[in-house]
Amino acid sequence: MFVLPLVGLLWKAAWSSLWDDLKTPAARDALRLSLECSLWSTALAVILGVPLAWVLARGTFPGRPLVRALVLLPMVIPPVVGGVALLYAFGRSNGLVGPWLYDTFGLQLTFSKTGVILAETFVAMPFLVITVEGGLRSIDTRYEDAAATLGAGRFTTFRRVTLRLLAPSLIAGIALAWARALGEFGATITFAGNIQGRTQTTPLAVYLLLETQPAAAIALSLVLLAVSIVVLVSLRDRWFGIGR
Amino acid sequence: MILDCSIRRRLGALDLAVDLTVGEEVVAILGPNGAGKTTLLRVLAGLEPIDDGHVSVDGTPWDDADDDVFVPPAQRPVGMVFQDYLLFPFMTVRENIAFPVRSRGVKKREARARADSWLARVDLADRADAKPGELSGGQAQRVALARALVSEPRLLLLDEPLAALDAGARIEIRRELRRHLAEAPGARLIVTHDAVDASVLADRVVVLEDGRVAQEGTMADIARHPRSEYVADLVGLNFFRGTAHDGTVTLDGGGDIVVADHNVTGAVYVAFHPRAVALSLRAPEGSARNRWSGAVTDVDTHADRVRVGVHGPVPLAAEVTPEAARELSLSPGRQVVASVKATEVRVYPA
Repeated sequence: MFVLPLVGLLWKAAWSSLWDDLKTPAARDALRLSLECSLWSTALAVILGVPLAWVLARGTFPGRPLVRALVLLPMVIPPVVGGVALLYAFGRSNGLVGPWLYDTFGLQLTFSKTGVILAETFVAMPFLVITVEGGLRSIDTRYEDAAATLGAGRFTTFRRVTLRLLAPSLIAGIALAWARALGEFGATITFAGNIQGRTQTTPLAVYLLLETQPAAAIALSLVLLAVSIVVLVSLRDRWFGIGR
Repeated sequence: MILDCSIRRRLGALDLAVDLTVGEEVVAILGPNGAGKTTLLRVLAGLEPIDDGHVSVDGTPWDDADDDVFVPPAQRPVGMVFQDYLLFPFMTVRENIAFPVRSRGVKKREARARADSWLARVDLADRADAKPGELSGGQAQRVALARALVSEPRLLLLDEPLAALDAGARIEIRRELRRHLAEAPGARLIVTHDAVDASVLADRVVVLEDGRVAQEGTMADIARHPRSEYVADLVGLNFFRGTAHDGTVTLDGGGDIVVADHNVTGAVYVAFHPRAVALSLRAPEGSARNRWSGAVTDVDTHADRVRVGVHGPVPLAAEVTPEAARELSLSPGRQVVASVKATEVRVYPA
């Protein structure tokens, strides 16, 4: 059940024309956009997610379980529902803060690249938060105590000790969030639409091209598959406890 | 005097209340688990706040509950060796030792040079580029010590520095640690639950029990005149509380002990060594003034002596030779008479 679909994909692939298929304008645009948006959203997830993970791991405030549940919600709700939710929050005409954003900053999120980034961040950030939070919890805080007695202030301690001890979790979290952002479909198409060169990311292009140019669709699928495999392999030590 | 502190800190089941002054000397904090030894060190390092009292070093206040003074740990000239050393696993030995120098704003090159000179002092120049995970326990301890001393702290705090070592390496490492402790300037505090470590390493011993100072003095003095069951157990003495009157001490737990000293009266402690106890099968006719019959409870054979617990009107431990133990066929349940000469019994005011 797990293997057969992969075999099917590899069997259908037109290996000889793979490169040419990836060079069609639609495929090229989609790949470039996917790369750009997924990197931005990963960066955003790190900037917002690491402090959030810190608060969840180290903070003591009454509503913490609730906050964690909210943060992790995008992991379990159907992406389409996430897209609808984003639409009614940031939609230009009918969203909660969308009209204000547009009137004040001239910022339109729907049907824009920024919208793609937002949708991808929405679904990808929980992966980073949960991984980094777990990493922070597993750090022996006495290392930070030791750093403090050795004259390191809070920032130096964070930079030279905590971050270093956190690095494996952070890298894993980044890889997971990036992979999730790269494959994002439902929330993106619902919230940002499907405009080639602007919001049509690779998964969207695969879906669309399957009708018209199946060879290109399969080629793009293979790229996504390869990326997933690379991420999985690079994380295997952490996830499956091999070699630790 | 360097360190002057009066500390009150409640933490879970622990209620720590300690007044302590330490000069240019090595002081051992000796006590059982949960007595508050580690908490005391953490308070002094600034890793734990105080509820009440003050901490000052060289006249500079570090902590003062009344005046709201609190110097953060990074700004205190302390060096701390943690129980399991806590060397940063991702740094080399040299980087570990250079860390406190670097974090106090010294340039990389000079920090490196100072780390190297300390590496030579602790005989680890050849392990400079090793990671802490590659070191033996004794080497890791020396790195931790060098890392704590490299910034020339006024207050050196060591938390059970020998606890993580196996018995074989311990004696040699303890001797070396004594040398480094003796050479280091400033006030040096070492937490331990081992009486031998305390007597070898420290000039003076403070016994901490249940968050309170139970006894202070040199280890030799403490070992001769224990003031608690914990210390008596630690140094292996028979120990009792009682009331003295005219050469006889009526023990709180029942029974009487005849002592040589007629001048002590009132509440007293009584201590005598298990070696001073003679065991026989019938009441002896000798000069021993104290004789109690009782049943043997346990027999522990050590290398050259046998420690025998005797349960009678005055429960005690006796130490006899293996030959004597065989001759008397000592085993649990055996009825014996324990006798102690009054001159062997130390009695001192409580």
